[in-house]
Amino acid sequence: MLIDFPVQNEKETRAGFGEGIYEIAKQNPNVVALTADLAGSLKLNAFMKDFPERFVQCGIAEANMIGIAAGMTIGGKIPYTTTFANFSTSRVYDQIRQSVAYSGKNVKICASHAGLTLGEDGATHQVLEDIGMMKMLPGMTVIVPCDFNQTKAATMAIASYDGPVYLRFGRPKWPNFTPLDVPFEIGKAQIIHEGNDVSIFACGHMVWEAMKAVEQLEQMGITCDLINIHTIKPIDQDAILKSISKTKCIVTAEEHQQNGGLGDSVSQIAAQHMPCPHEFIAVKDSFGESGKPLDLLQKYGLTSEAIVAAAKRSVARK
Amino acid sequence: MQSLQDTASQVRRDILRMVHAVQSGHPGGSLGCADYLVALYFHFMKHDPAFAMDGKNEDLFFLSNGHISPLFYSVLARSGYFPIAELATFRKLNTRLQGHPATHEHLPGVRIASGSLGQGLSVAIGAALTKKLNNDPCMVYSLHGDGELQEGQNWEAIMFAAHHKVDNLLATVDYNGQQIDGSTAFVMNLENLKDKWLAFGWDVLEMDGNDMNDILKVVAEAKTRMGKHKPVCILMKTIMGKGVDFMEGTHEWHGIAPSDAQLENALSQLSETLGDY
Repeated sequence: MLIDFPVQNEKETRAGFGEGIYEIAKQNPNVVALTADLAGSLKLNAFMKDFPERFVQCGIAEANMIGIAAGMTIGGKIPYTTTFANFSTSRVYDQIRQSVAYSGKNVKICASHAGLTLGEDGATHQVLEDIGMMKMLPGMTVIVPCDFNQTKAATMAIASYDGPVYLRFGRPKWPNFTPLDVPFEIGKAQIIHEGNDVSIFACGHMVWEAMKAVEQLEQMGITCDLINIHTIKPIDQDAILKSISKTKCIVTAEEHQQNGGLGDSVSQIAAQHMPCPHEFIAVKDSFGESGKPLDLLQKYGLTSEAIVAAAKRSVARK
Repeated sequence: MQSLQDTASQVRRDILRMVHAVQSGHPGGSLGCADYLVALYFHFMKHDPAFAMDGKNEDLFFLSNGHISPLFYSVLARSGYFPIAELATFRKLNTRLQGHPATHEHLPGVRIASGSLGQGLSVAIGAALTKKLNNDPCMVYSLHGDGELQEGQNWEAIMFAAHHKVDNLLATVDYNGQQIDGSTAFVMNLENLKDKWLAFGWDVLEMDGNDMNDILKVVAEAKTRMGKHKPVCILMKTIMGKGVDFMEGTHEWHGIAPSDAQLENALSQLSETLGDY
């Protein structure tokens, strides 16, 4: 694999969250964790054991959980709400909008099981619109880390940022390749690889698919910038413009609807400052379905092969 | 006592003049809850108009039925949170006194946005939990419309507060039996409301929210019930539009403003005790 990012192991990004919140809770006594009956799924076991007084079980009542989190900030707590991504966003959008975002509350909305890779539970749980919903809220920071290590680092970093954050991660074991214990910088894109012919911007699980694609593309003589846009908002405009000023074409890759996702954000920047060909790897206005995670990514075109094909199209359109 | 009633009279004048000036806003519920909110801010609550968002070692108040913002703003201004003259900016462009309360414009005294109904009890519970974690002995008050209880989030919160024994919280329901489309009995029956709160595990008191004597007695009693492992609710009977004869007891004045003549009539029924803004 790409030389600077050898795969260390395969781990769930949600487990990175669980380790991250445990570590930051040891350092910061104001960190509290709330859940809506999904403490196990969000890997809160260690937190619950060692910080029981800072753990708030809300039951299956996500709207109330968001409101309680907003209230807990008054007096200085830093609440992390935890449930699946669908129940973290679309189920509670108005609560987040009024009680958290509009009210400017320091709530960290931590969302697991995002996207198709949730797998067999199917479309009711596979939210593919959450990045869009969250990035539309004024003042909301939106973070989609790519692997275990980065999810752990992001989980810790957001405690020292004062403001609402949406942190999105997933269910399956996934290659873990970012260096261990590198501090996470909100809003600063991560350069994974540098090349000249095409800029690939990816987030979440799709960074790994893009890494595999870059290897294939380089064997074909197409060199690539691969940039991990782990912070969708505020987006690193400088990194994007610097890259496309060199490559003059774009591929974006995300486990999300094309409408409202990372691709939209990148495209806005390009359209305003440096228009160029742009191919989108994303779900095309469709709900998901039951299946194994990798089979779903295959069916919905979210694979390294699809990124390779998109890169070739984007280069050809220059 | 007389002083509280005088303050409530002035607050009612403020409410009517604010709503009249922009021909917009919600006078009915504001008038109905005036006595209660005056009693909280001018008698019961330990609070500091210098205003710190975190409100440590202060009692906190959360308005869930944010549409009665004219009342909230008047009481905050009359308590010294911001200049009384600023009430004249209510609902106007660039105001800090938004149609519904917001923190966004940094109006002192407001700790959460409300307006989209049903969210305030959750927020109040959260603030109460943080007070416990901070070993802060002060308490949290919240106010809710009765029609607002039709929002399901309230019942999530009511269940939560009893389960977690949030006993530094006093939630009061403005039990006026009215909502925009008519009486609550007609729109969506709430009964039996007391039994519902009791069944969910709360301690429930009842009060005449337009009788200052009763307010002083019942809220004092409620305060003695803090720290007893149960959250406390007051079902507060009020008359929507209280204090202005032609506005009383009907949903018609939920969300409309008086005309010039109606304002004159209404103000003639309320003493100007502290000076109009």
